[in-house]
Amino acid sequence: MVPRAFLAPILVIFVACSSGPPQGDTLAHIRARGEITWGADVQGGEPYVYEDPANPSHIIGFEVDLMDAIARRLGVKARMVQYAWSNLVPSLERGDFDVIMNGLEATPDRQQRLRLSRPYFVYAETLAVRQGSPVRSLFELAGKRVGTLNQTFAHDILRMIPTIEPVLYEGNEEPYLDLEQRRTDAVLLDNIIADRYGCTQKHPAIVCLPGEVARGTYVVGMRKGDAALQRAIDDAIDGMRADGELERILTKARLWDDRQREVPPIAATETPGRVFDADMAWQFVAAAGVTLELTALAFALAIAVGLVLALARVYGDRVTAGLARGYIELFRGTPVLLQLFVLYYGLAPYYSFSPVTAAILGLGLNYGAYEAEVYRGALLAIPRGQTEAAKALGLSPRQTLAHVLLPQALRVALPPMTNDFVSLLKDSSLVSVITVIELTKRMTIAAVDLRGWLLPGLACAALYLALSVPLSELARRLERRLARDQRPQAL
Amino acid sequence: MISVRKLSKQHGELRVLHELSAEVARGETIAIVGPSGGGKSTLLRCLNFLEPFDAGEVQIAKVTLTPAMRDQAALRALRTTVGMVFQQFNLFPHLTALDNITLAPRVVRKLDSAAAARRGRELLARVGLADRAAAYPHQLSGGQQQRVAIARALAQDPEVLLFDEPTSALDPEMRDEVMAVIRDLAAGGMTMLVVTHEMQFATEIAHRVWVIDRGTIAEDGTPAQVIAEPKTAVAREYFRRQRVAGAR
Repeated sequence: MVPRAFLAPILVIFVACSSGPPQGDTLAHIRARGEITWGADVQGGEPYVYEDPANPSHIIGFEVDLMDAIARRLGVKARMVQYAWSNLVPSLERGDFDVIMNGLEATPDRQQRLRLSRPYFVYAETLAVRQGSPVRSLFELAGKRVGTLNQTFAHDILRMIPTIEPVLYEGNEEPYLDLEQRRTDAVLLDNIIADRYGCTQKHPAIVCLPGEVARGTYVVGMRKGDAALQRAIDDAIDGMRADGELERILTKARLWDDRQREVPPIAATETPGRVFDADMAWQFVAAAGVTLELTALAFALAIAVGLVLALARVYGDRVTAGLARGYIELFRGTPVLLQLFVLYYGLAPYYSFSPVTAAILGLGLNYGAYEAEVYRGALLAIPRGQTEAAKALGLSPRQTLAHVLLPQALRVALPPMTNDFVSLLKDSSLVSVITVIELTKRMTIAAVDLRGWLLPGLACAALYLALSVPLSELARRLERRLARDQRPQAL
Repeated sequence: MISVRKLSKQHGELRVLHELSAEVARGETIAIVGPSGGGKSTLLRCLNFLEPFDAGEVQIAKVTLTPAMRDQAALRALRTTVGMVFQQFNLFPHLTALDNITLAPRVVRKLDSAAAARRGRELLARVGLADRAAAYPHQLSGGQQQRVAIARALAQDPEVLLFDEPTSALDPEMRDEVMAVIRDLAAGGMTMLVVTHEMQFATEIAHRVWVIDRGTIAEDGTPAQVIAEPKTAVAREYFRRQRVAGAR
C-alpha cells in the first residue's frame, strides 16, 4: 500500500485542481435552454447511434429515436454530442452534457457512481464460439481466452471466473474477427452485438450459443445529484412503455423481443470493488515486462530494418535506393496505429499473426523507417577519405562497413537512437488496440476498477520511468565509451 | 615494377590523363611535380585503381589493370601490394594508432592479433612513435598522424608505395619529420611515387622527376636534369613559381 503521508499532498493538489461537478438542477437548465444534451459514441455502431449510410452527416439509431421521444415528453429538443465511449462517464461528471444514453449497462458500480434511469432495454449476454467447439457454457472456458468489450458488464462477468483470460476490444467487429482467426476461444457480449456483428453470414464459422449467460439492462445515466431529472426521464420511459412508443421504436430497430415484456432484472451481482493491493501491483509489473519485451524486440527489428534500408539508400543502385525510399515514406508517412490495424486485422484473412507478434512487427517495421534515416545521416557524415583509405588498404566493402564505417556511424547515431528507444517505449502503448495488455492498458483497466486515475496513473508513470531512465543511463555510458577518442572542444 | 602504357582518363569534357606512358624500375623513387590540375593525383589513384580509367593499360606488381578490370578480389590483393598515403592522412578516428596499423593485416590478411600487434609496434618504432601506440588520432599532431599513416601503409608489406602530397597539409615544422621517414624508405630500396611540391625534397630523394602537365609527362629525367635545366616552358614556369613561393 502507498503510505498515506505520501498520498495526502498529491490528493490535495488533485482536489484543488478539479472544478467539481456542475452545481444546480440540471432539469431546470434543460427546460430553460429548451434542449437536453446527451453523450454517445457513434463508434458503437448500428443499431445504437451511428451515421446514416445514406447520409453520413445524419446520425440515426434506436437511441436517437428514444432520446427524441424522451425530449419530446420533457418538452425540449435533444442534441447528441460525440464522446469516446470509455470517457462518457467522466465527461458526464464534468458537466460536458446532461445525460448518457449509449448502451450504458446498469451495473452496481455505475449505480454507485451515477444516477440511473429505469431500463429502456433488456439484453442477454450471449456466448459465441467457433463452429464445432465443444464449449457449451462459460464454465468450460477456464484457462481460455475470451473476447469482450472493455468496461462492459460482460467484462465484469468474465472477471468473476479468475481462470478466464479476458481479451479486451474497443470495436464491435474485432472480437469476432479474432474468434474466427482462433486468436480467442469465445466472445461474450450483448445479444444486440452478437446478433449483428458475430453470428451473421459474414462469419459462417461462428455460432452463438442459445442459452443466456446473464441478463442486463440499458439505462440512461445522469449525475448523482439530478433526482428531479431522473424522475422526469423515468416518467417519460414509463409513458413510452405504457403507450407502446417504446415497442414501436425497438421494433423498428428489430430489437423488440419477449425479454422486453418481462420484469427487468435488478442490477446483477455486485462485483467487489478493487484496491491497489499486491495483486494489482504485480499486474502492473507484469505489464511493464510486456512493454519492455515488446519495445526491446521491436527495436531490435527496427535496427535491422533501418540498417538494411540505410545501406540500400546510401550504397544501393537506383532501383534499390528507390525501393528503400518508398518503404521509408510509406511507413513514416502513415500512422503506426493504422499499420497495426492493417497488420493484425487487415491481413487476418490471409495470415493470422498473434497479437504480440503483430505488435512487434508493426512497431519494428515502423520504427525501422525512422532508424534508416538516422543511420543514413550518420553514414553520410563520415568523410569520403575513410572509405578511400580502407579501400587502399585492401578492405572489402563488407570489411569497410564492419570495421571502419559502422563503428563511426554508431557514434553519431547513438544519441538519436536512445531518443527513438524511449519514444518507442511509450509508443508501445498503441498496441493495446490489437488486444495486447501492456503498461498503459493495464493502467486504464485499473483506473476503471479503482474508479480513479491518480494511483494507477502514478504507478504507470513510475514504471515507465523505471524502464527509460536506466536505459538512458546505459546509452550515456556507451556514448561516453564510444566517444573516448573524440572529446568535444570547449566553446 | 610499374609499366604505364597510353593511360587516358576523361572527366566529362575534361581530359585528365592523355595517353600517358611511363616505366618505373624496382627500388626507384619518382618525384611527381607539376601545376595543379595537371593529373598528378589522378595518375597515382589509377595505379591502384582507386579511380578507373578509360583507355590504356597499367602493369604494376605483376597485375595488369585495364579499363575493363572488374575482378574485385584481384584488386584487393593488388592494394595490399601497393600502399597509399593521403594528403589528409585519413586515419580511422575511432581506432588507436596501433589499431589503425593492425586493422588491415588482421582483417585482410587474417594475421593473428598478437603477430599483427608485434609488427605494428615495430613499424611505430620505425616512424619514431613507439610511445604513442595507444593514442587516438585526435591526440596526435599532423606530422605524427601522417607518420602513423605511413606505418599503416607499410603494415601490408607493400612492394610499391604511393604518396599523394604527403606534406601539403602540414605546417612547415612538421614536414621534416614526415620527409625524414620517406627518405629512410627510399634509402631502404622501397619503390615509391611521391607527388610533391617540395623541390628540395624531390632533389634529395628522387632518382627521377616527372613533370606532369595536361595529362601527360612533359619531362622525365634525373633531378639534376629536370629541376636544374628544365627544357619545356611549362616546367620552367612551374619551377620559377615554386622558387618564388619557397623564397617567401
